[in-house]
Order: sequence, then structure tokens, then C-alpha cells
Amino acid sequence: MSTSLLLDVTDVSKCFGGVQALDSVGLQVAEGSIVGLIGPNGAGKTTFFNVITGLYAADSGIFLFDGKPYFPESVSEVTKSGLARTFQNIRLFGEMTVLENVMVGCHCRTKAGLLGAIFRFPSTKREEQAIRDKAHKLLAYVGLSNFALMEARNLSYGHQRRLEIARALATEPKLLALDEPAAGMNATEKLELRELLLRIRADGKTILLIEHDVSLVMGICDSLTVLDYGKVIAAGKPADVRVHPEVIRAYLGQGPA
Amino acid sequence: MLKSLFANRLSRSAYLWLGVVALVFLPWVVGAGGGNYWVRVLDFALLYIVLALGLNVVVGFAGLLDLGYIAFYALGAYSFALLASPHLPTQFASVAASFPEGMHFSPWMVAVFSIILAALFGLILGLPTLQLRGDYLAIVTLGFGEIIRIFMNNLDRPLNLTNGPKGISGIDPIQLFGVSFTKSLDLGFVQIPALYLVFYLFLLLAIAVAIVCLHLQDSRIGRAWIAIREDEIAAKAMGINTRNMKLLAFAIGASFAGMAGVLFSAFQGFVSPESFTLWESIVVLAMVVLGGIGHIPGVILGAVLLAVFPEVLRGIAQPVQQFLFGHVIIDVEIIRQLIYGLALILIMLYRPGGIWQKRGGGR
Repeated sequence: MSTSLLLDVTDVSKCFGGVQALDSVGLQVAEGSIVGLIGPNGAGKTTFFNVITGLYAADSGIFLFDGKPYFPESVSEVTKSGLARTFQNIRLFGEMTVLENVMVGCHCRTKAGLLGAIFRFPSTKREEQAIRDKAHKLLAYVGLSNFALMEARNLSYGHQRRLEIARALATEPKLLALDEPAAGMNATEKLELRELLLRIRADGKTILLIEHDVSLVMGICDSLTVLDYGKVIAAGKPADVRVHPEVIRAYLGQGPA
Repeated sequence: MLKSLFANRLSRSAYLWLGVVALVFLPWVVGAGGGNYWVRVLDFALLYIVLALGLNVVVGFAGLLDLGYIAFYALGAYSFALLASPHLPTQFASVAASFPEGMHFSPWMVAVFSIILAALFGLILGLPTLQLRGDYLAIVTLGFGEIIRIFMNNLDRPLNLTNGPKGISGIDPIQLFGVSFTKSLDLGFVQIPALYLVFYLFLLLAIAVAIVCLHLQDSRIGRAWIAIREDEIAAKAMGINTRNMKLLAFAIGASFAGMAGVLFSAFQGFVSPESFTLWESIVVLAMVVLGGIGHIPGVILGAVLLAVFPEVLRGIAQPVQQFLFGHVIIDVEIIRQLIYGLALILIMLYRPGGIWQKRGGGR
């Protein structure tokens, strides 16, 4: 496996008023790996996600994606360049069907325009069929085929998280950024999620993961970066990070000297 | 299984043909029963369907609350009024000199022009309001609608462009392939009265617009609009250029109204700012909301109901009051507004999705 870096960001800072949410944060994601981003609540993990995907403008930082420099300003452009994300607080298109949610994900890889939509040229019909087929395939991939025609808001919580992943995969990302995909899942659902993530990696995608569930993170991540108060306090292999004194302090508090 | 599917298809096409036959005979039945007045009401109902479907693209699909929609209708109506009436030649000698036969642009040419003009104004309204949603957007669009109307009302000085509150009259009627829509058409075996011809023309237009809307809804663009309505940030994360898609929704919705406006002014033969008040915008919005926001059959139903209802009320309220009290106590106009308000409140309480809303779940 090549060890080239798919995502390489350094020195990212972001201030909200007087709060330094991110302070010179750096993160490297090797192609084909699963990288975990962990840290206590309020450490800046989601802020970091929002910055690299263009939702928040960074105050400073150097961003390299797939070997090319980029500056995340527009969420849709970041998605087009191959970095798709899910959201911590699920953001599905509630009144659309499960299938349509995934079909929306195909938007940026398809091109039917206004005239195509109105007159339904043969090429538009072919594209539409291709979108439909792809969406069905992705639903099967994440195990939601039986719910294709259900409204997304009626799905169970665990299924909604899976649908977000399917929808993100529909944008054909190189890097899939998941913000707490296991939040609110029960033990079985977590096991299934773990299998899904490993399958996604086996199919050649790279994953960046924010997660609180320690066993999940320790079990599947190739490397970890730990944030606390907007700073990177440790990075490396899960086994090393686990025993890192700074990490223990951040999670358990300062012990007696 | 296959057999039942086939039977189902057959009955569907049978229903379709029944519907077509019913619509062809509708003006004759209505005309025989209630006279030309009611056929005229039907003609206007069809124009309202076009308007409501256009507004549905903006409000129903893309979720952008637009309270100034009637301004685009006004743009279309005034475009035709200016380009196909004696108003400009009588006001300006230079215009009269360049059009010695009088200004008589074809409504179809002006319709194309108005579609483009209204779409442009849609963009002009859309661009500064891209960041706004909900109430804030509603206020800005409301202002836009009023600005257009006030312009029409006051552009009679220093140069008399719009003839101000007096409006423009003597507008050319609709013509198609040499057939004038002001005279009845003699087909040899039957005479089709002018109002019936207009009905058929507007019907074709409304059907075309409905088909365009249905196609848009089930397309890459329609899905993008609905995604923006449901969650704009998630839509961006899907790689949707939300700015362009919102502008497109404004432009498409506006262009439908622009086209309808041309036909309105050609049909009426007269336009004045009074036809384009905020109340009209609200009526069209009420059609969309009452019928079934975002659901095309519902929007059509809403438009028909709200276009026909005031006329029915006019026919009932006065005679009933005369009969009961010997004189009219409450003006029909007031009763109409009361019932509108009541109907909207009841719908919002008991059927927030509209009278004929999309069935939950798959299509």
C-alpha cells in the first residue's frame, strides 16, 4: 500500500471571538487508512471538520488534498474535489425518500441541466437511470435496500447514520469524513458500523473519523490524533496514543504528582 | 401480477382520456349552465394555475418564501401592454414615426421577451437575497413586489410610460395562426365562441407548464431544490451549488409569471397597477399553501378552488342576504377575506401540508 498522504493540513487556526477553537492544528491522513480524531467534548474536533470541509473559514492554515493545495472556502467545491462528510447532528433531507437522499448525493458527479430536465433527452434519461441504479447499489452496500421508498425522517437513528454514509459515498469521495457515526448506536449497530467502515476502506477509500467510542476507535484506526483545547496533544498509533501521558491527563484529569 | 398491472395501466389511460374529454366539454357545459361569465372565470382560473405552479417552484420546491411574486406577472402584462397598444405611439411622436401602422408586436414574441425579462428580474431579486431565508426573505420580496407596482403607478411623469393609475387600454387581443381570440371560430359544423377558444389555449398552456413542473421535480435539478429546502448545509455538502440553484428557482418561477402576464393583458385588453397588489401575491401564495405546497396536483387544485370560490361566493352571498334580511349587510369582498383567513387557519391547524398533499413515503 502506498503511504502517500491524501490529506495533509498543518497549522490550522480558528478563533470564535476570544475563544481559540483551533490552535495550529495539523493532521495527516495516509491514503487507504482509517484515521481517528479524538478528544474530550469541546476539544475542537467538529470545528476542525467544519474548517477542512469549508463550512467555517479558517483564520490560517495550509491545506493539501491529494497532493494539491486547496483552500476550503466553499462546501460544495470541497465535496466536488473528493472530500465528503457526514454530520454529528444528522442532516438528512427528511421529506425525501431514502433513495432520493442518495440520488441527491450523485448531484455533483452528474450534469443534466435545465433543458435536459424539462425535455428529458435520451442522454438525460440514461443519466437518470444510472443515478437510480447507483443509489440502489449504495443502499444495498450499507444495508438499507428495504427502506428505499421510506421517507428518510422515518428511519431509525442507526439507519439514518448509515444513510448519511451512503449519501456521502454517492459523491464519490476519495476521503470520507465521518463526524461521530456511532453516536447513539447500540452494541449491535456499532459492530455493523465497524464492519461497514472496514469494507469501505477495503474498497479503496480513506476514512477520517471523529468518534468517542474508544473500542471502535482503537479497533479500526490505523492512527489517531488527539485534540484538547484546540491543540494537538498526541498523534500516532492507537497503542502508543493510549498510553501517552498527555492523553491520560486530558481524559482523566491531572493525577497526584 | 402482470395481468393486474396491465389492467391498472389500462384504467389509468382510460381515466386520462375521460379527463381530456371532460376538459374539452367543460366550457360548453359551464357556458350552457352559467353563461359566458363563468367561462371567463374558468379562463382566469387557468391563468392562476400557471401562476401558482410557477410560485410553487420557488416556495414549494426550493423553500424560498416569495411575497412579491405578482411583480413578475406585472412585468409580463406591462411588457405586452406597452408593445401592443396605442399608448406609446400616442405619447411619443418618435415612436409613432417608427411604427406608422401602430405598435402591434405579436403576443408570442412578447411572451418570449417577457419570459427572459422576468427571469432576469428573478435573478435581480435573487442575487441580493441569497443569504436570506424565511421571514427575512419574505420581507425583501414583499418590498420588491411593491416597488414594481409603485413604479407602474407613478411612471406617468415626467414621461408618460405606464399611464399611471389610469392604466393602459386598447391592448391587442391574442392571435394564433391568423385566428383571433376575440371572435368565435367557425369550424363549419360548430361555432366555438371566443371565450371557449381562450379556455383551450390557456388549458394547453397550463398543461404544458404542469408537465414542465413534473419533469423538473423528478430531475437532478428538482432534487437539488428540494434538498436545499430540507437542509441547505447538507445540500452544499452534496456538492450542490446552492447559489446557482436558488437563482435558477427564482428565474424559472418568474418566467412562468412573465408569460402568464402577457396572456393576461392580451385577454383583458387592459392593465392597471391595481391588478398587481400585494393582495394578489398573497392569493397566489394561498393557492400554493392551501392546495398542497410542493405537490403539483395539490397546487392546481388550490388554484382552481381559490379562483372559482370568490365568484361562487359573489353568486351566493348577495342573494342570500337579500333573501334573509331584505338588503345586503356585509359586503361580499369582506366575507371573502374573512373566509380566506379562516380557511388558511383551519388548513394550517388540521392539514399543514395542504388539502391534497404528497402522500408520505414513496411516490
